[in-house]
Amino acid sequence: MAKQYETVIGLEVHVELATKTKIFCGCSTAFGGEPNTHTCPVCTGMPGSLPVLNKQVLEYAVAVGLATNCTITQYCKFDRKNYFYPDNPQNYQISQLYLPICRNGKVEIETEKGKKYIGIHEIHMEEDAGKLIHDEWDDCSLVDFNRSGVPLIEIVSEPDMRSAEEVIAYLEKLRMTIQYLGASDCKLQEGSMRADVNLSIREVGAEEFGTRTEMKNLNSFKAIARAIEGERERQIDLLEAGEKVIQETRRWDDNKGESYAMRSKEDAQDYRYFPDPDLVPIVLDDAFLDQIRAKQPEFREEKMLRYKEEFDIPEYDIQIITGSKHMADIFEETVALGSQPKKVSNWLMVETLRLLKENNMDPEDIRFSPENLAKLISLTDAKAINSSVAKEVFEVMFDQNVDPEKYVEEKGLKTVNDEGALRKTVEEVIANNPQSVEDYRNGKEKAIGFLVGQTMKAMKGKADPGMINKLLKELL
Amino acid sequence: MSILDMTACQLAAAIKNKEVTVLEATKAVLAQIHEKEEKYHCYVTVDEEGALAQAQEVQKKIDAGVLTGALAGVPVAIKDNMCTQGLLTTCSSKILNNFVPTFSSEAVLNLQRAGAVILGKTNMDEFAMGSTTETSAYGETKNPWNTEHVPGGSSGGSAAAVAAKECFYALGSDTGGSIRQPASFCGVVGLKPTYGRVSRYGLIAYGSSLDQIGPLCKDVTDCAAIMEVISTHDKKDSTSVFREDTDFTSALVEDVKGMRIGIPRDYFGEGLDSQVRDAVLKAAEVLKEKGAVVEEFDLSLVEYAIPTYYTIAAAEASSNLERFDGIKYGYRAEGYEGLHDMYKKTRSQGFGAEVKRRIMLGSFVLSSGYYDAYYLKALRVKALIKKAFDEAFAKYDVIIGPVAPTTAPKLGESLSDPIKMYLGDIYTISVNLAGLPGLSMPCGIDSKGLPIGLQLIGDCFNEKKLIQTAYTYEKSRGVFGRKEDR
Amino acid sequence: MANIISDETIEYVGILAKLELSGEEKEQAKKDMGSMLDYIDKLGELDTEGVEPMSHVFPVKNVFREDIVTNEDVRDEILKNAPGEKNGMFTVPRTFE
Repeated sequence: MAKQYETVIGLEVHVELATKTKIFCGCSTAFGGEPNTHTCPVCTGMPGSLPVLNKQVLEYAVAVGLATNCTITQYCKFDRKNYFYPDNPQNYQISQLYLPICRNGKVEIETEKGKKYIGIHEIHMEEDAGKLIHDEWDDCSLVDFNRSGVPLIEIVSEPDMRSAEEVIAYLEKLRMTIQYLGASDCKLQEGSMRADVNLSIREVGAEEFGTRTEMKNLNSFKAIARAIEGERERQIDLLEAGEKVIQETRRWDDNKGESYAMRSKEDAQDYRYFPDPDLVPIVLDDAFLDQIRAKQPEFREEKMLRYKEEFDIPEYDIQIITGSKHMADIFEETVALGSQPKKVSNWLMVETLRLLKENNMDPEDIRFSPENLAKLISLTDAKAINSSVAKEVFEVMFDQNVDPEKYVEEKGLKTVNDEGALRKTVEEVIANNPQSVEDYRNGKEKAIGFLVGQTMKAMKGKADPGMINKLLKELL
Repeated sequence: MSILDMTACQLAAAIKNKEVTVLEATKAVLAQIHEKEEKYHCYVTVDEEGALAQAQEVQKKIDAGVLTGALAGVPVAIKDNMCTQGLLTTCSSKILNNFVPTFSSEAVLNLQRAGAVILGKTNMDEFAMGSTTETSAYGETKNPWNTEHVPGGSSGGSAAAVAAKECFYALGSDTGGSIRQPASFCGVVGLKPTYGRVSRYGLIAYGSSLDQIGPLCKDVTDCAAIMEVISTHDKKDSTSVFREDTDFTSALVEDVKGMRIGIPRDYFGEGLDSQVRDAVLKAAEVLKEKGAVVEEFDLSLVEYAIPTYYTIAAAEASSNLERFDGIKYGYRAEGYEGLHDMYKKTRSQGFGAEVKRRIMLGSFVLSSGYYDAYYLKALRVKALIKKAFDEAFAKYDVIIGPVAPTTAPKLGESLSDPIKMYLGDIYTISVNLAGLPGLSMPCGIDSKGLPIGLQLIGDCFNEKKLIQTAYTYEKSRGVFGRKEDR
Repeated sequence: MANIISDETIEYVGILAKLELSGEEKEQAKKDMGSMLDYIDKLGELDTEGVEPMSHVFPVKNVFREDIVTNEDVRDEILKNAPGEKNGMFTVPRTFE
């Protein structure tokens, strides 16, 4: 019988923190600037420049640590990790090795197999590197330091995961927790959340871990799942062929569906870590930790429970809405403005999700305000606009966060409630469409739909369909 | 009195009294530079045009009553490892042969706010690594007392420029004695402040945990005045310390009655030149006569300071100097194949032998398997050395001793044997390890006609006690200077 | 000399430090490093059991900045010092395989 193998996986997850400025200088972290326009002497490694820690980075790191049940290191330091690479302006990265800010945490995940804890070995703070762009024309590379010095936390898990499913559940859990804290938007595609997978295999029942490899360049959950499967197969093939797994870093090529070793003889992998003498120790007292603890938000699980009790909306809706902190905030704020929960939920679940999908956006990208959604709902409640006009207004609101009251006013979209005017139009439609009138009279119930549509068209959409129906039936 | 003979404070007073204009003073010192540079080579860069322009600007501000400080209008020289916006800054290295900083170091900005006129950048040992200014990529500086001798280092250009009257005062930096030892060799006053007293922002780092900027000047009064200007809390330097006791000139008091002064026996052992020993002990005697309580004691651990220092400084330097890679600034080699070859060629051609020696040592002591045995061990010994000083300062206000075992050696004598050269730092290095302030001032002339230096060491942030003791000694000692100037 | 530095060690440290030494320099470096390490080994004489490694001499701690953008765009000035520049970026030998 063929040997049975178990996959052992640990993750190193890098998360870009949502600070306004970089970790050690006052440069903006905003995306999209021209190359090197968000730089200064510190983040370009100019001689004589010195780093000073952004306090918000520390607060976010501690908040994530507390939310993941870590012990906070109350005397912590930064270390230098020395290696030469052009995206690293000082040729050392300021990171934490000896005294990372958080240690010994755990988070609970749930998969089809049930609930399980994944241990967190440590979380440390560090700076991101710049970007290298290949210039085909001159056959050289170009360095842009706009991202150099953007704050990161690296969350290192214990090797507690056994399948791609668990890995995804763990990542989702981290993402949700960090998004709820507002510490990062955690987008894999955009690189604000990056996961490196450490994977080894061993025979089922074995106690010793196998030799692990580290897989980099995983930009989506799908890529992660594929890379795990691919690496598991590769390692099994090696062992079955009597070969050994080499401990190395590999790069996943998702297009080819395979990985290759990132090896270089110039790369000694000896980082010569030592405490950075330019930065002073961080000493955190209990009061500081209490302060951060007090600011922790209601996390998803608690929110789901509360929604179930407070709002009469389907469980599925609760799942989707709480799946994004931003969407949950919009939901709660709109409800707080007096809108009926069910209606708010409907707008989010149907039109919002449709538009997000069409525009390839995430719930975090929603721009309309709870105030405007509440106004739109009260316009429909008051039958001031009909549902198709409401959808039309919502699309504009989704796009530009317009005030629906003003928009409806300006564009003259209010439903015409003047029965005399409507009656006149209906009479005209009947007169102009004898065929349909005859069909209806001959028992073709559907024909009335066409007539309603024609009336609505003539009214430029600003009529109550119920009233049109009533008048048509009366006049026919 | 001719302008060049004035101290910085005297010149500022003369400018204030409209006896001299800033432009006159600047022109006088530029003329001196023209005349003497060929002989001494104190500067890497002289910014004549800039200095004249600054002189006029500063004069306007003095006339308008905007600048009233004790150093307003006085021309100064800056060691070439401090960034100066728009002015070439080389660290006396080929690897920075064309580097023009986009900002000025905080200490320089403080001087400029006080009305200083920047004359140029002084020569130094490459990246401040050396004790003779011979490791400069731009030629050696010569000792104005005797041009066959070195001026000391690494701030040799600054010390020589003050001694040669090619500036009225200068800034230097001190990682293991680099202000105090050249001050001693050139017969001027130099102070290494307490670590954290002066911002390191803009100082191109050698050993970050040890580096400190300080003054080189003609007398103790100037020293106190300069300290008042450069000692500021800087939010850009995490290791900068906020202090209120920066009124250094208030310590210019001729009184050491009851001052407890310790002489470490360990500083007077083997290797110390007898003339240096005698001059230092004579200075102690003078202070005793002035009412100080002087006694000998055992400091201990002195012989461990050098290996501790070279481990820590080399480790930090190996990391600090990684940024010089031919990408963002400075020298880039030609004719390389690929990235790593570019790095290697650039750095191998750009750095001199002493710098490479320390980078290699530093990389080794931090490398996998050696970190604990070397680097951590050194940090532990550093803690012991600090403790030994803490115990000494429980008993004494000031510790006095020699600055260096000998007076200035001849050019070319030191570089051949690094260990021997490093041993010359034995009395200055532990002060940096413990973060303490140390002052160097002339206390005699040896039979070769070279100045001898006296070192005063204080507890952290006790610069004022050093200044008071030094001022009292200076008053009794009387005027000190080269024969040709007297 | 108690510490004999091998060719491999010098080679390895050269890779770490990105320094390429000539044959002569290598021999000198082996000698220098050996004698420096002999000298540093003197620290072994001291019992440092239980002594905390001291990286900072003073108990300075918790120096932070607020999360406020303070820097302006100084790209052009910074790039002026670059040995190679293109499209507002620093040029380097190609890094991609």
